[in-house]
Amino acid sequence: MPMPNKIAVIGDKDSVLAFKAVGVEVFDAASATEAQALLRKLTTERYAVVFIAESLAEQIPETLAKAKLQTYPAVVPIPTGREPSGFGMQGIKSDVEKAIGVDIIFNKEDKQ
Amino acid sequence: MAIMNVNPTRMEMKRLSERLKTATRGHKLLKDKTDEMIRRFIGLAEENKRLREETERELCMALTAFSEARAAADARVTEEAILMPSRSVSLTCSTRKVMGVDVPAMEVTDNGGELYPYSLLTTTPKLDASLRGLNDVLLKLVQLAQTEKTCNMLAEEIEKNKRRVNALENIMIPQLTETIKYIRMKLDESERAATVRLMKVKDIIDS
Repeated sequence: MPMPNKIAVIGDKDSVLAFKAVGVEVFDAASATEAQALLRKLTTERYAVVFIAESLAEQIPETLAKAKLQTYPAVVPIPTGREPSGFGMQGIKSDVEKAIGVDIIFNKEDKQ
Repeated sequence: MAIMNVNPTRMEMKRLSERLKTATRGHKLLKDKTDEMIRRFIGLAEENKRLREETERELCMALTAFSEARAAADARVTEEAILMPSRSVSLTCSTRKVMGVDVPAMEVTDNGGELYPYSLLTTTPKLDASLRGLNDVLLKLVQLAQTEKTCNMLAEEIEKNKRRVNALENIMIPQLTETIKYIRMKLDESERAATVRLMKVKDIIDS
């Protein structure tokens, strides 16, 4: 299988439009179901990185969990609003908890 | 702990102690592997967090600037301006091994196309600035994707490895030890029985 080499962004039309200008392939998804179908489709194609809007990623945790097991594509939730919603950070946190048992990285900061 | 269903023979005992040796060695190796993976994982997770914080902040700034730029001009004009980008980004991907786990390694290459594929006459300078910002963030985003994926996969592997270590430590090794002990007891017992029987026979013959 040839190595994947494309980047895609999934999100609602307004927030991902900007990515088009910098040369990334943009896919509109108005609802979580659409995003899920798109993500499934992109997984089988030659995409190495799929950025997905946080608001959509929040609604399809199972599909994201499945995508985590493969080397490619890397599915990364990104903020699209004015403020990050913290969903991406939650992902790191759960990884740390899974690997170590307790979240030492985020707890450490709370104490400081 | 349950004893395995085996014949209490010397052969079986030898076979089991061989297995116990392998299991103990495997357990030690796996434990060392987990330790090393966790050590690497912590470094990666910290980097991941730092990168994500930075990227999220910058991305939000760039996107906010973009929506402001869109609002400042006619939405249709902006859309039209970036409808046909002359720039396209692609990745050079390969896989890298971290502790036996295949993780992605990516490098961004663009075709060097013009970042502003539109007439500067109809659009606002804000649009230029926001696109420049977004372009810078993109490199970081790819880096973030790579780190995050590595973290994901490493976490998965650590979990699997831990399960293996636990299975060896709490099930396999005790079971083998118990079974070996059981066989040894049985053998000793039959040996003693044989000795006693011989003594009895000798007594009968002598008297």
